[in-house]
Amino acid sequence: MTELSIAKKPVVSIDARGPRFSALLTTIVLGFALGTSNIWLAVGQGIVFAIGAFKGPQFTPYAFIFKTLIKPRLKSEFVGEDVRPPQFAQSVGLVFALTAIAGAFIGLNLLFTVAVSFALAAAFLNSTFNFCLGCEIYLLLLRARSKWANIQ
Amino acid sequence: MKSLLPLAIVLALATAYGLWYRRSRGRLRAKAGRLRITESMIQAPLGSRATLVQFSSAFCTPCRATRALLENIVQGISDVAHVEVDAEARLELVRELNILSTPTTLILDSHGREVGRAVGAPKREQVITALKAIRT
Repeated sequence: MTELSIAKKPVVSIDARGPRFSALLTTIVLGFALGTSNIWLAVGQGIVFAIGAFKGPQFTPYAFIFKTLIKPRLKSEFVGEDVRPPQFAQSVGLVFALTAIAGAFIGLNLLFTVAVSFALAAAFLNSTFNFCLGCEIYLLLLRARSKWANIQ
Repeated sequence: MKSLLPLAIVLALATAYGLWYRRSRGRLRAKAGRLRITESMIQAPLGSRATLVQFSSAFCTPCRATRALLENIVQGISDVAHVEVDAEARLELVRELNILSTPTTLILDSHGREVGRAVGAPKREQVITALKAIRT
């Protein structure tokens, strides 16, 4: 058995149920943002994504709601989870939110709709199917980047 | 553009993808790899009968559970090895073996030929069954 560098690093562990609850709230907020074409909901969600991406998903207002209202009522066992995968997902969400906001401000409604749709789909998949965004796209991004670097 | 149509389309497509995702992730598929994976490629010794090669990355929640599962399986089986590869550090190998996401686990026979592959956290029974089928 080989020891792996990514396995050795001490990682911050958070309650695995937190990010899933946050994804549920994100799904609801983005669902309303898409259904009503409301840019301010996208801005609000963008701020939440930014906190999650830069400070960590355990510091967002959604995580606060989870800790104070939801967690005390849960009966299931605490399962620790590496903080990096949900943090990566928050960064991807932030990119989509910024794209949507930019689209709305320059009058490209289609860009707003498409960007919010992608963020909504990812949040919905995460909350409903325990979808791991980092697992699915991080390696593809790295592969695309190295391929692009080779072409240059 | 106030309409519920985009919302309905997104939720329908995401649900379809989610159902496929849940079905396919973790399922072990039989493979007949032509490429021989060598010890230098994975930078670790192969097991004398079989090797479980796990590709992991930093932003991967099920990688940790997969590591625990596979380490537990090979514990007490002296002729099967578990090797974890950091996909990010080995992009050429990742491309050569067509690894698209993490965790991806390859089951190799004693010659280093891929006989099975699971994308997502594999299921214990499927791995054990596949290992039993491999003879030295």
